Amino acid sequence: MEKTIRTAFVKSLPVMAGYLALGFGFGVLAAQAGYGPLWVLAMSVTIYAGAMQYLAVDLLANHATLVATAVATFMVNARHIFYGVTMIDKYRNAGKYKPYIVFGMTDETYSLTCDGKSPEGTDFPRFAFWLTLFDHLYWIAGCVLGAVVGTLVEFDSRGVDFAMTALFVAVFVEQWKGTRRHRPALVGVAVSVLALLAFGPDSFLIPATLGICVVLIGGRRFFETKNEMETPTAQAVANDAAEKEGGR
Amino acid sequence: MIDFSHSVAIVAVVAAVTAGLRFFPFFVFGGKRKTPEVVSYLGVALPPAIIAMLVVYCFRHATPTRYPFALPELIAGVAVAILHAWKKNMLLSAGGGTLLYMALLQRVFA
Repeated sequence: MEKTIRTAFVKSLPVMAGYLALGFGFGVLAAQAGYGPLWVLAMSVTIYAGAMQYLAVDLLANHATLVATAVATFMVNARHIFYGVTMIDKYRNAGKYKPYIVFGMTDETYSLTCDGKSPEGTDFPRFAFWLTLFDHLYWIAGCVLGAVVGTLVEFDSRGVDFAMTALFVAVFVEQWKGTRRHRPALVGVAVSVLALLAFGPDSFLIPATLGICVVLIGGRRFFETKNEMETPTAQAVANDAAEKEGGR
Repeated sequence: MIDFSHSVAIVAVVAAVTAGLRFFPFFVFGGKRKTPEVVSYLGVALPPAIIAMLVVYCFRHATPTRYPFALPELIAGVAVAILHAWKKNMLLSAGGGTLLYMALLQRVFA
């Protein structure tokens, strides 16, 4: 295997475990709602967004309107706009790799590529392309496997959707440990809890997102210290991967 | 029963909006223009806040004031945090936490 592909594969290994588990949970959930392996395959190939696919099962099961679907998707995935913003310069010359890299920019893949670096002697966009592809394949495999098992085996799947909660809690912990600047995360918690109390569980995402943006922009001088604002996930994940590689 | 065409439409809308959000900044700021400073700042400060929001979102249906007093969510959530801070292994934290939550929900607090 050529070096770029090999190093991309090694770097993707931490995501493999998470995606297989999370995808499996989604597959089971979808299958139990009546959406079998083919539906799951189509969704994991074309949507490829973890939390959103879990939510899509809710939308499908409740026959949500297309407008409600679009609004929910926008709210849950709006953060991807900001991922893209930080990658514009890094992917400026990505050429033929660009469309797929941008399409596959999930939380996890973003966290592995947002430092804009690839191993020495490799081309970053090409490296990012393979990393994205490996992650996508893990996701598809986990989802379809879950759907097959969920279709064949009758079991009590209550609580399996906690996989999504667990993923975000783990990412939160990882970011927290990867930086000394905790104020943005604390703003996120505080504003979201307030919005939840004020607007209730079904309609607090929009006010929470807006509130977070307002507080972060309004208090910019308080949250921003030059040279110390880093991308914590990337930092944490990079350290993690370095440790793993070092232990090999 | 599955309403086939409506289901296809829902999947298509979710896929299209998700891809649209991912491509949007590259269309808007992808040219020669420099990215506005405030957008770059948000690109750094926002992700941790949004992850925090998603954590809160995941716990939105917990019921702290009546049985089981959000205990399954709380116990499993803390277990995930401790496991992940300790081992940094996503399969262990997410998989283990989910199994623990399912056990709590189905057996302990059933």
